[in-house]
Amino acid sequence: MIKLTINQKEHTVDASPDMPLLWVLRDIVGLTGTKFGCGMAQCGACTVHLNGEAVRSCVTLLSRAAGQQIVTIEGLSPDSTHPLQRAWLEEDVPQCGYCQSGQIMSAAVLLRENPHPSDADIDDAMSGNICRCGTYPRIRKAIHLAAKLQQEGGNK
Amino acid sequence: MTTSRRGFLKTGAMLGGSLIVSFVVPGAKRLAAMGLPGTDGAAAAVFTPNAYLSIGADDSIQVWLAHVEMGQGIWTTLTMLIAEELDADWEKIKIVHAPPGQPYVHTVYGLQITGGSSTTWSEFDRYRQAGATARTLLVDAAAKKFGVSPADCRTENGMVIAGDKKARYGELAAAAAALPPLTEPVQLRPPSEWKYIGKGVKRLDAPVKVNGQAKFGMDMQFPGLLTAVVAHPPVYGSKVKSFDDSKARQIQGVRNVVQIPTGVAVIADNFWAAKKGRAALQVSWETGPNVNIDSKAQLQEFKKLAATKGEKAAEKGDAASGLSKASKVLEAEFTFPYLAHTPMEPQNVTVKVENGKCEIWTGTQMPGNDQQVAAKILGFNPEQVSVHTTFLGGGFGRRANFASDFVAEAVNIAKASGQFIKMVWTREDDIHGAYYRPSFVHNVRVGVDGEGKPVAWLHNIAGQSIMAGTPFEPKEGVDGSSVEGVNDSPYLAAIPDHWVGLHSPRLQLPVLWYRSVGHTHTAMAMEGMIDELAHNAGKDPVEYRRMLLKDHPRHLAALNLAAEKSGWGQPLPAGRFRGVAVHESFLSYVAHVVELSVDEQGAIKIHRVVSAVDCGLAVNPDGVRAQIESGVNFGISTALYGEITLDKGVVRQSNFHDYRIARMNDTPTTIEVHIVNSTDKMGGVGEPGVPPVAPAIANAVFAATGKRLRDLPFCNTNLKA
Repeated sequence: MIKLTINQKEHTVDASPDMPLLWVLRDIVGLTGTKFGCGMAQCGACTVHLNGEAVRSCVTLLSRAAGQQIVTIEGLSPDSTHPLQRAWLEEDVPQCGYCQSGQIMSAAVLLRENPHPSDADIDDAMSGNICRCGTYPRIRKAIHLAAKLQQEGGNK
Repeated sequence: MTTSRRGFLKTGAMLGGSLIVSFVVPGAKRLAAMGLPGTDGAAAAVFTPNAYLSIGADDSIQVWLAHVEMGQGIWTTLTMLIAEELDADWEKIKIVHAPPGQPYVHTVYGLQITGGSSTTWSEFDRYRQAGATARTLLVDAAAKKFGVSPADCRTENGMVIAGDKKARYGELAAAAAALPPLTEPVQLRPPSEWKYIGKGVKRLDAPVKVNGQAKFGMDMQFPGLLTAVVAHPPVYGSKVKSFDDSKARQIQGVRNVVQIPTGVAVIADNFWAAKKGRAALQVSWETGPNVNIDSKAQLQEFKKLAATKGEKAAEKGDAASGLSKASKVLEAEFTFPYLAHTPMEPQNVTVKVENGKCEIWTGTQMPGNDQQVAAKILGFNPEQVSVHTTFLGGGFGRRANFASDFVAEAVNIAKASGQFIKMVWTREDDIHGAYYRPSFVHNVRVGVDGEGKPVAWLHNIAGQSIMAGTPFEPKEGVDGSSVEGVNDSPYLAAIPDHWVGLHSPRLQLPVLWYRSVGHTHTAMAMEGMIDELAHNAGKDPVEYRRMLLKDHPRHLAALNLAAEKSGWGQPLPAGRFRGVAVHESFLSYVAHVVELSVDEQGAIKIHRVVSAVDCGLAVNPDGVRAQIESGVNFGISTALYGEITLDKGVVRQSNFHDYRIARMNDTPTTIEVHIVNSTDKMGGVGEPGVPPVAPAIANAVFAATGKRLRDLPFCNTNLKA
């Protein structure tokens, strides 16, 4: 039995310590917002926050996550009002939508650490996340917009 | 609303009137007979005027989509079409994908399919008619109730209103359902009254796609559901000779191991256990005929073929003699590799077979075909198989397959195991899973006159047919999807002596349509060649195209708009160069101007793309822009990096580290999409953004380096100065 905190809620899971966090979240805890895309940290669809850092959950072993604070897309905000979520809706970013949880979770760390990212900063932070629909121009716009929203009114 | 916009909408109406293709709206009784799925909304439905919507006593409105949402935005656009006529309260609308069924068959293609960039134009009348039919019956019911004439009633935000009398749609639903069904199409609203068409609404699927709530096939969960991972052969199509599962069965969580026609499936409590189980399997394979495929050697064979005359795809005059009479002949050979679609959501299918019924959940572009394939495997009638289409985590053609390979594999696992399973492919399974965009070679010889104008064009193409062995295979003549964009090229139409020929070698490796189908290669060959001709003639590439396309106003409109908005001809910052291409596909006309630089190491950096599209009436303009942006970035991946190679039948790529997809930093900071103010015939937008990308890049690279890129992907050509 391994304990971990997911979206501020304590969970005890019965799983092998070598199971990647992605599959713990999806197949054991039942949080399916975090996606499987490549299984080798190449696409970023599985991005979650581990103690506030963006990690690729498909290569993050349960043993490393044990006892730590994990935030998934479901826990980013209680009601989809994180500045990034509002900006994503305003810019109509998603297409197929499969990669967007990972995109938003990567962007959330960028925005926390760099409240006014430049285009180059966005390239640096977001190039680990593949979008096969190619929504990059809207992701970029939405991050700039979220930066404004964040400045104007914090997280609400 | 500007004057031009109003004029645009007005003419759009005539267009709409001319587009009625096949109007089938079955009545409620027929619907009940076909057993509409018992979704939450349907349970409460009391008024089901047709197969596309129902209204509940609680005012809830359920919309059934005949086409599936894979990113292209039809979740929003089809609903908009209904809402335009129904005056519904948006808050009350619930949207679901339709099950397999006759009412959802494509109005033109004759089977239930999402593809060919056709959803909006093919449903433009049917979905508006569905909404209008419902509104008419609701108004009739209200008129009776109020004791007034239907003409004295109006509808607004989910209510029928006459003077001071008001009734909600929900209140009227039962009475409307009791009215005799309408037998004639209803008069649709004129464009002057349109509230949504031409303006658009925000994506209705976006809210659940920013908080993790959107359900894809991969997200299926129910008690008793196990996960299956399949050991596939290294050479596609090989069969299992024998296997040893003793170690696999020792992995904690592994429940079963079964042999299926395509490999060995490990079934476990979760994905991770199943994958570990697969790694512990020992399988020996009976290698099939694909072991002989070496894509490099094959390309050489295709080159030899393309240098010879193929089967006729287009002919006018005598191309060979035209060439001999020309002042100069330019020759070029364009080569294209196999490509994998790699949607972000790897293929997955959930199958539950129980008590003579089979339920399937998956993201699919052809649910009816999947139903048939599953029924055949199980020995069931199609009616015993339900297909629930989830959101698709990308499709790009890979989820529309007459073989329904992914569904067949999952159904075989369910059949062999007797368990409820969710089959999940890894990314490696996806990239090794065949059904590639076929490899092609174009051999082009063009004779020009003294002014550099083409007077003879001899063009032969070699590559596998994607239609061979499918219901779309032509009974005679060539597979049009291998030559589309060449045989119907506007450039060729004006050339007195021309020939287009096709070789379609039959190979065992399965191939399939890939976003923009034949145009993925034909646009590159045509627009690359035209650029070479312009250079030879000493003409500006835009000017030269304008001259050749003078009788093709829609090509010209797109070309001119993109040229104007990109500042074509105006100075650029040092080191930056432009390239242009214009191409029609799926009834829409797209021009791109690419602005790029090539650094000292030979790396291409694309800074800006300016696009113009003429798709006729743009029903949802921001959706149009989104699809062209998407096409540009998809095209960049394909042009710069996309390549599947096979060596002794084994695919050498396996995941995104060696099958590269363009990332944020590989794509332009700015993609500007301009929509031509057009009242012409409606076209699609899901695919047409892709084809002109590769040639626009190649032409810009020529401007930058003087090197012609003719072999895809471009990353294989050394551009180092």
